[in-house]
Parts: sequence; structure tokens; C-alpha cells
Amino acid sequence: METEVKETKGQVVSAENPGIVAPADWQPVIMGILCNWCSYAGSDLTGTSRIQYPPNIRIIRVPCSSRVDPWFIIKSLQTSADGVLISGCHPGDCHYISGNYYARRRFLVTKKLLNFVGYHENRIQFSWVSAAEGPKFAKVVAKVTEDIKKLGPLHKYKKENLK
Amino acid sequence: MARVGVFTCFCGANIADFVDVPRVVEETRKIREVRCSIEYKYMCSDPGQQMIRDAIVQQRLTSVVVAACSPRMHEKTFRKALSDAGMNPYLLEVANIREHSSWVHQKDKKAATDKAIDLIRMAVAKSIANEQLYEISVPVTKRALVIGGGIAGIQAALDIADARIPVTLVEKSPSIGGRMAQLDETFPTLDCSQCILTPKMVDVASHPYIELIPYSEVIELDGFVGNYKAKIRKKASYVNFANCTGCGACWQKCPVKVPNEYNMNIDKRKAIYTPFPQAVPNKPVIDAAHCTMLLKGKCGICAKVCEKGAIDFKMQDEIIEREIGAVVVATGYDLWDPKPYEEYGVGRYKDIITSLEFERMVSANGPTGGVPQRPSDGKVPKTVVFIKCIGSRDEAKGIEYCSKICCMYTAKHAILLHHKVHDSHAYIFYMDIRAAGKGYEEFVKKAQVDTAATYLRGRVSKIYKKGDKLMVRGEDAQIGQLVEVEADLVVLATAIIAPKDNPNLARLLGISYDKYGYLSEAHPKLRPVETAKAGIFLAGCTQAPKDIPDTVAQASACAAKVCGLFSGDTMKKDPMVSKVNTEFCSGCQNCVTVCPYGAIVTEEIPMGHGSKEMRVVSKVNEGVCQGCGSCVAICRSMAINLSGFTDPQIINEIVAI
Repeated sequence: METEVKETKGQVVSAENPGIVAPADWQPVIMGILCNWCSYAGSDLTGTSRIQYPPNIRIIRVPCSSRVDPWFIIKSLQTSADGVLISGCHPGDCHYISGNYYARRRFLVTKKLLNFVGYHENRIQFSWVSAAEGPKFAKVVAKVTEDIKKLGPLHKYKKENLK
Repeated sequence: MARVGVFTCFCGANIADFVDVPRVVEETRKIREVRCSIEYKYMCSDPGQQMIRDAIVQQRLTSVVVAACSPRMHEKTFRKALSDAGMNPYLLEVANIREHSSWVHQKDKKAATDKAIDLIRMAVAKSIANEQLYEISVPVTKRALVIGGGIAGIQAALDIADARIPVTLVEKSPSIGGRMAQLDETFPTLDCSQCILTPKMVDVASHPYIELIPYSEVIELDGFVGNYKAKIRKKASYVNFANCTGCGACWQKCPVKVPNEYNMNIDKRKAIYTPFPQAVPNKPVIDAAHCTMLLKGKCGICAKVCEKGAIDFKMQDEIIEREIGAVVVATGYDLWDPKPYEEYGVGRYKDIITSLEFERMVSANGPTGGVPQRPSDGKVPKTVVFIKCIGSRDEAKGIEYCSKICCMYTAKHAILLHHKVHDSHAYIFYMDIRAAGKGYEEFVKKAQVDTAATYLRGRVSKIYKKGDKLMVRGEDAQIGQLVEVEADLVVLATAIIAPKDNPNLARLLGISYDKYGYLSEAHPKLRPVETAKAGIFLAGCTQAPKDIPDTVAQASACAAKVCGLFSGDTMKKDPMVSKVNTEFCSGCQNCVTVCPYGAIVTEEIPMGHGSKEMRVVSKVNEGVCQGCGSCVAICRSMAINLSGFTDPQIINEIVAI
């Protein structure tokens, strides 16, 4: 299912549900789940190189991208995040030999499923960032943040609205 | 109820300048489970750690969150602080508010502070689900496997064996020695290569702690650090080494002639051969690809002349298994094939040779007896042109990197040429002279001054034939003019490349390699001899181009690492491994399939208490498990969990903000 992104004045509208709106200065929350050996190390390098990126991402460290259960993605979107970024080692470079291949297949299926149930495909993004790619990590985060800002809030799925 | 302590670090000004630490402390204090929230200038310093220890005791904390730099930096430091206070070190969580907040959001203090608070919230939530974990003790098999018997492998094997640790040295070719055995003299001292290498080769053969397995390859490596199992295929040599005396009657009589790899195919060897006279072990092998007896069943002369009856045409490849604790990989290098340089006429003109061919020619035991000869007519060359950077530093035709040793060996060749042919003259076309090393610059000066070699800075554009001479047309960039040299012989300094088997070997060992095929070290600066896989080390050119001193230094460093690994009878291992809850395990064995280390096995347990009916469940071998968590994500019944990164921990983190 393709969801169209709508442009409005003065407020941001959710791409999935036109009923959900937020003020124009709304900032999305992005859950970043990074593998310890490549992407987390890469994000550390972004820090040590003082490369600036948007502050919307909240980073969780896991040993390998294959540790990421689709449950984490769904739970993030349900409770706290407007988008999810998952990043691992480049295919072929997995610290655990083959973990990111499993991850890659699993993500594709998860993304299709979430797309099918109504989430815009850009809400769930994957990237491969190596430990040496500090600048790339900043670029990826900037791009993901930009994409999710366009998609608007996921309010109705948020914790405080469920209460 | 959990009692969490939060300790926020200023990191001098690194955090405090961009994150409002007092607000962070105030906000985090409001979290329900947080008992104390403390700030300090440098949490990693001794007084900082003392604050953590005091708070643990006074507040009876159940877990600790340190908000500071990356956990990759100081996690160990703070874990130690916890254990010093009598707390399980794995009850620590680190919130990375420096690399992930203050350093990357320097223009927006409010956003950086909000993010820091969120990161601490996540860490607090995670720490509540942390469990007490204990380091795993794994027994160590004290035997090292060295792959490759060049100077790197020889040095590593000798150094390890001298520490009274048994070593198995596996070499692909019939003799150890590697590339260094092919060299005539070595820069910058012009030591005779054979003279310094062969005593070491003999030491390897006679060392009581070294088991030398020549003419063999590693085909399988299972297990984990301290407990590897290697399978080695010993290729059939068709010569029974126990009976062979190395008398040489067989290869003198053998009628089959084959290009001699040791002499860069300049002359011929026999189908039964030892690679070179000083080979270790000095026993011949039969080249099965060329022996007519093995191919067509005709000949068998070697068997007839062998008085000891050592020839055995029915010999088969043999699989040898060894239990080992550590591996040193030293597979060396190959040379780049200069065929893409068509404008030089490579392949068309016989008198264009590579540096290693030249090296064999000037070598006293070489095919031309130590005096270089033109391959076309056998005349001694008077004018020799050396061209450097053939394939190196050439993105268009070859590879991007510098091969490191060519500047030096070309200077050596100019000197050797002068020694062997006194009235000769060397012209050297170069891009840059890279002579960084002890005595290296002086050595190049020696080539330029003493032997009066003409160094021309510039590339050669074309080589063409004029009579029996080769006309080398190039540029002298320093005078900005085209130059033409009438040469008898042209020598190309071809690039060093990684052995083409390296990717296969890397896959077999479970280590990574770079885009050129060189095996990757764990850290380019601080861990240059280790690989990302514990217990596997790299020596020599298999990691990157190197000269002999660097190779030997790295090999000795490998030996020190191996000895350190084997210093105790057991090894401590991180407890972040998977655990199976057999109550929930349905025995689907998805985890067995997905585990890249074969760490998960199945076992049978009773259906219920006292029941005689059995069911199959998974079981994790803690020693083998590396803690990737693939099995956790694949488990449908959520029966398996990864200590330190359990589902409750990560879900807690997700729902915390």
C-alpha cells in the first residue's frame, strides 16, 4: 500500500491518518537500533569527529543486527517512536559472520508487513554503516529524520494517547 | 523495587558545555526507580568512581547507570568500580551522552539535554531488567597453529615454540621459506637472504616443540578461542618421507621437465622435485599434475632408481586433525600480473621481466648463476631500465595502494646489477621515492651515488623494439622533457597483492578481509595483529604489504599474543551468551540452523518431572557462543535469550521514552 504525503500549512498531518495532526514545530522521535561492532562504533566516530546531525534519534545498542526482533520495531512504533532506523555492518562484513544476512531478510519481510497494515514504508529504514563511516551515519540520520518529518506524527499509536 | 543510581559526568567541558547537566540530574531524579542522581566533573577518575562505590553501599543500589562517554570507552572501568563495591559488574548500564548527544548536537543545547535525559531514561529502564552475570571460565588447549611457512610463519612458530608451547606449522608448498627464500640479498644491509633465513628454517625442522606439516592446507576450523579444532589436508607427496634420505637420485633421473616456480619459470625443474637445494624438509615430492606415471601410468623411473623404495604411487591425501588454542595466519603475498600494461609490450617482448625474475637472475643459486641475462638471446645486459609502481598506486590498471617495498628493492637491484655487471648502467623511472625506515634513505643514496644509477622522475609511456634493443620512452618531470633510453633489459617492479586464496581462507577461519583480499586486523592502529575473531592473529603481508623487518616484528607480536592467551590454564569469557529456557523450548531447532558458530546443540530431556518420555530441546555451548543474538530473534517460542541483551531489557529501553 502506498500512502501519500500531504502538505498543509501551519501543522503537520500524519501520512497514515489525516485525523492526526501536530503543530508545525513538532519533532519526531526515531528509534535507532544499531549493531555494536559497526554502526554503533560508526555513530561513536560521528561523535568523536563532531559531525552534527538532527537530535531526534534515540540509540539502542545490540550486539548484532540479527538480534533485532521485528517485535522491537513494532513496539517502537506502538509506544514511543515515529520511525525506526536499524543499522548493521555492511553485508559480508558481519562481526558474527552471517548475522546481517538474516537481519536483511527479516527486515524486508517486516517492512512489507508493516506497509501492508498501513504504515508508510519510510517509517522503517535500514542502513549499513561501518565503524569507519562516521560521516555516513550523520547523513543517514539526517535523511531518516527528514523522511519522518514529512510523514508527520504517529500520535494515535503513542503511549500517552492510549492512556 | 529496583533502586537505581544515576551518575552523570561533565567530562570536563565535553558534556557540560552542550548539555545542561544540572537539569539532567533534576529530571532523572524524578524517575520512579532512581534513588540518587549525582553529577561529577570526571566520573571515570578515582574520586568519581569512589562516589559510585559510596552510593552503592549507602543507597543499597540494585543497578547503576553512568551517563558519560560511549560504553565502548569506559564500560570496563565502571564495571570494575561496581565489583569493587561488592556489586555484580553486569548490573551497570552506560548512557552514551557524549558521543551520541553533546558532541553531535553542539548547536542546540535544549535538544541535546532532552536527548541526554531520554538516553538516561532508557538506560535506567534497561538496568532494571539487568541480571547478575558471571564470567565464564573456558579451558585452553595450549597448541598454536601457524598457517604459512614464510619468514612470518617461521618467526611466529619459533617464538611461540621457544616459550615451550607446541606449534603446528602448516605450509602449502613442499618446503618452508616462502618468498624470502627466493631473494638474493636483502635491503638495506645487503645480507644474503638465504644465509639469514636457512638457519631459521633448520631450527623449525629440529625444534622439539614444532610439528612441521609441509605440502598441506588447512581445510576446516571449528570451535572458538582456546578450543579450536583444525582439519589439515596433507597432499599426497607420493614419497614416503620416513624412508627417503633426500639423496636426489630420483629427480636427476626423472625425464619430465616442468617450469620451475621457484625460479619464476625461467628454467625447468623435474616432475619429482625439491623446490630448492636448501629446502626444509629436504625431501622431494611428485608433482601429480605433470608426472607421467600418475597421469598415464608410464615411466616410474624414480621408483626404480630409489634404493630405499620410498616412492609410493598409491599414496592418498591424508586428513590430519589437531586440537589447537590459537591460530597465526601468515600466508604472505602474490605478485600482480603486469599484462594490462600493453603499451609496454608486456608479453610481446621477452626482455621485459618482473623484479622477482630479476632477483632470481642475480641470485647465486638462480637459473643464470648470478649474472643477469636477456631472456631473448642470453646476452648480459649493459643498460637496464627499472620501472617502479607497476600496478601499485595505479587506479586505472592496478590497485590504489603503495606496495611499500618496491622503492627499496629497486635500489637494491641497481646496486646488485652494478656488482654483477660492472660496466652496466641502471635507469630508474619512479613516481616518488618512499624510503622511510632505518637505514633506508641512506641505502637509496648509495644506489644513486655509489652505483651512479640514473633516477628519472616520471612515468614511462611506451616501450618499443629497435633492433635487439628496447626503446623506453618516458618523461623526466624534473626537467620537463621527454626522454628515450635504449635498454637491453626492462625490469618492472610489480605490485604486491594478497594471495588469491585469502578470501577462501578468511571464510574458512571466520575472519574478515578487505576489498583487496588482505585479511583485516581488529583495529588498524591499536590492535594490528589481532583479527576480530578472538584467538586468530595475523603476521606479515597477509594483512598488508610489508618489508622483512616489519613482518618479523609482527610475527613476534603474534607470538607474544599467543603466549599471553596461553598464560593460564583457563580463559575468562564474557557472560553475554545465549541461554535456553527449556520450559518454553519446542525443539524446532531454528536456532541450530541460524547459529553461525554451531554453538547450539540439541539434547533430550524428560517430558515432565520423573517422566520416561523424552523431548528434544536446544542447548547452548557457552564456550562457543559469541553472543550475537541471532537465535533470540529467530526463536518463535521466546525460549532463548541473550544475557545482557534480553528481550525485557531492550523492550524496557524502547518503552522508556
